[in-house]
Amino acid sequence: MELLLYTALFAPLVGSLFAALFGASPKTLLTGVVTSLLLGVSLVASTILLVFVISSGQFVHVEMMTWITAGDLYIPFGFIVDQISVTMMMVVTLVSTVVHVYAIGYMDHDKGFNRFFSWLSAFVFSMMVLVMSDNFAGLFIGWEGVGLCSWGLIGFWYKKESATWAANEAFIMNRIADLGMLIGIFLIYWNTGTLQYHEAFAAMPALETATLVWIGIFLFVGAMGKSAQFPLHTWLADAMEGPTPVSALIHAATMVTAGVYLVVRSHELYALIPNVGLFIASLGTFVAIFAATMALVNRDIKRVIAYSTLSQLGYMFAAAGLGAYWVALFHLMAHAFFKALLFLGAGNVMHAMSDELDPFKMGALGKTMKGTMILMTLASVALAGIFPLAGFFSKDLILEVAFIDGHYIIYTVLLLTAGLTAFYSFRIIALIFHGEDRHTSLGFHPHEAYKFMLIAVTPLAILAVIAGALQGSYYEYVTLLLPSTEYHIHSSLVYWTMTIGTQLFVIASIIFAYKKYMSKSVKVPDGTSAMEKSFFYKLLINQYYIPYFYEEYLVKPYRELSTVFWKQVDQKIVDATVDSIANVIYHTGENTRNMQSGNLSTMLKWMVAGLVALLSLAVVFGLATRHSDEIMLILSGLGV
Amino acid sequence: MMEIGLNHYLILSTILFSIGLIGVMRRKNLLMLFFATEILLNSVNISFAAISHYYGDLTGQMFAFFVIAIAASEVAVGLGLLIVWHKRHNEIDLDLMSTMKG
Amino acid sequence: MFEAIAFYLFAFLTIVMFYITVTTSQALYALSALAAGMIFISAFFFILGADFLGAVQIVVYSGAVMALYAFGMMFFDTTRDVKEKKGNKYLITGLATLAAILVVVIVSAPLIGENISAYYPMTEGAGNTQEIGMVLFTKYLVPFELAAVMLLVAMISGIVLAGKKMDLSLTLMSDREIIEMREEKNKKVLL
Repeated sequence: MELLLYTALFAPLVGSLFAALFGASPKTLLTGVVTSLLLGVSLVASTILLVFVISSGQFVHVEMMTWITAGDLYIPFGFIVDQISVTMMMVVTLVSTVVHVYAIGYMDHDKGFNRFFSWLSAFVFSMMVLVMSDNFAGLFIGWEGVGLCSWGLIGFWYKKESATWAANEAFIMNRIADLGMLIGIFLIYWNTGTLQYHEAFAAMPALETATLVWIGIFLFVGAMGKSAQFPLHTWLADAMEGPTPVSALIHAATMVTAGVYLVVRSHELYALIPNVGLFIASLGTFVAIFAATMALVNRDIKRVIAYSTLSQLGYMFAAAGLGAYWVALFHLMAHAFFKALLFLGAGNVMHAMSDELDPFKMGALGKTMKGTMILMTLASVALAGIFPLAGFFSKDLILEVAFIDGHYIIYTVLLLTAGLTAFYSFRIIALIFHGEDRHTSLGFHPHEAYKFMLIAVTPLAILAVIAGALQGSYYEYVTLLLPSTEYHIHSSLVYWTMTIGTQLFVIASIIFAYKKYMSKSVKVPDGTSAMEKSFFYKLLINQYYIPYFYEEYLVKPYRELSTVFWKQVDQKIVDATVDSIANVIYHTGENTRNMQSGNLSTMLKWMVAGLVALLSLAVVFGLATRHSDEIMLILSGLGV
Repeated sequence: MMEIGLNHYLILSTILFSIGLIGVMRRKNLLMLFFATEILLNSVNISFAAISHYYGDLTGQMFAFFVIAIAASEVAVGLGLLIVWHKRHNEIDLDLMSTMKG
Repeated sequence: MFEAIAFYLFAFLTIVMFYITVTTSQALYALSALAAGMIFISAFFFILGADFLGAVQIVVYSGAVMALYAFGMMFFDTTRDVKEKKGNKYLITGLATLAAILVVVIVSAPLIGENISAYYPMTEGAGNTQEIGMVLFTKYLVPFELAAVMLLVAMISGIVLAGKKMDLSLTLMSDREIIEMREEKNKKVLL
């Protein structure tokens, strides 16, 4: 079992290092194949571990080696496979393997082919460290590792200015949040004396509530950065600068869910402070509807899908905040499948349309890209939450949780968001695949993606469909660790009204979207229509002017401050001090050089001066030696 | 004041020594520099002889004796070099003799 | 009393002479003043009872050394005034005085501390010259011989440096070569 754990953990690392050997060479297909195979190995290992955990209900806990022992602090490199982490492992390895195979086709003509796979496998390794670690320090290592690999992958086309800027923005925002997380970790260590999960959580009920609230808040700040909750959300939309497989893996299925994982892992903590949980849930709900509104009008298909991710993350946090941790984890799992599927399909579309992103310039692509159309439609249906696909079982469950606990505001907002989700998802589908052909006149000649790419993506599609059916067995095994609150609405009338009402609402939104965007009067908007001039449109398409606000009021003053510190403090004070020390020595040398003038008269003068100096020294020392006793007396009187 | 003691001779020697040093530092002409050096040597001779007389020891006079011998040979060599230089450059100004600059 | 008068007189004269040597702008005046100063210093030696030393001072210093300087002066243009350095007067005087005082202090420190004892005491009755002879040829024999060698070396170096046409050696040439050389010279003169 330990061997399986190490295999699952280190296979991606081996793949990454192997691909890194070829980093500077032109594309070699071998790197893609080897890394995908190694990820497949990791997937197999994770599956076996899953079966083991389900069947025996036991953990697999190893301590690989000690990392830090300093005084009372003891931090090992330890890994644990329990129900939570094995779920995450499955999700991560499955989506990663699919994405790797897909990327062999997607990055076909890219010069940085080998480098891409190295970064991608390194990312998977960091994510595995994150989810498999058994203490907060290991979690943090993985946390930073995924941040780094995400930076490398978003800025993969580093010659593009916008890509490097987006990568920096993502990394810096994550770092800001990591400060909060570090403070949380410090507080945990300070108060409980250990960073191991089970020991820390065992010690927590004995702490004061105020301390626990602070720990909870700070840890959640870290989760806010990673999972792009408001106000640290702007990086997620800009992260679409990276290649589409990156968006599929990182910004749909794995990195952004790390925040949710953290909250779920710390469920024992958050169970003790329900007020913080309520705050988390409210923030999550706010983000859900906030992101959904921004996706309504956006003209970039990847950005729409990114906002959709943001919205669904809000759902997950809402569930976690309300105490339904297993529901949050389940939605995380289902969401990973259909969102990755959606991204990969969008990647196909982009590839076909030579990286064009505006759906208004597409249209009637369903005729040439049947496979992609089917996949994306499936994913969108799952996302909308239509029975019997996966989304229904996870999203609607969250709605039920909100309703049962009596948080009607949260329930209403989430319901509304579900409608909006359906609308914007199918807006995109309609604009791309149906309606009039707008792309041929603009000079695009689309073609379907490689067959193997479509085949690689099929497992995701299958899972998106059937994941709902796994809910029962999932519940069985995960609640061995997580609190097992069953959410039953007692009155079946209310239950059925709710369920059917939700479905009808969602289906109505879908039909509305189809009608609006499949009609023949859809044109490429050029800024003149009444809709584009309206206030709400402008507000939404500029993302509520939040990026503008950050740029004007945060980035610019900070840059000014940095320039002041650089020019005034660093150059004028620090450098000047160091330089002046050197200058003193240099000028002393220059001036004393004149002593050797070659002029005998001057040198004779110097000789006499030197003579006087030495003679006075001789006299002084002679006198001191003669009267040394009295001198010692005086010195001892002074206390030397 | 009437009684000449060792101190008188020592003071005299001091005065002559400082005159010699002033000459050494002031003179630009090399020959004049040599003259000043002679003054230095003589002042020291006086002081040696005086101490030897007042303490009844002959060592001072021996020393002065050898100083005279050495001064003589030094003058011979020094003048020889001076003459060679003068033949080459036709002047013996110290400020113009600064080829050994640092 | 005579001693006092003699001392002060000769002291005054010596200081004046040496002062002239150091400050005058005429080279000849400096030379003459230096010679005079040497003589007056020998007077001090006689006052102190160092007869041999005084005699040597006159013979060697005023005689040989000053003669050497006088011959050397003939090479240079003595009608020109000697230029002086424009140095800082006070600095020079101050430095010189300080140095002098310090030297004397150091030299006389054993005297003040009365740590001095006579190594080669003077014997009563014998003349100064005899005593010097006794000490010179017994205790100071080696320095004496070395000084002799050194004087020889100085003499040779003086001749070599100042002489001209030293490549021909009359004593080593045969008679015939000397006659040939003479005829060559005559030819040049006649033609």
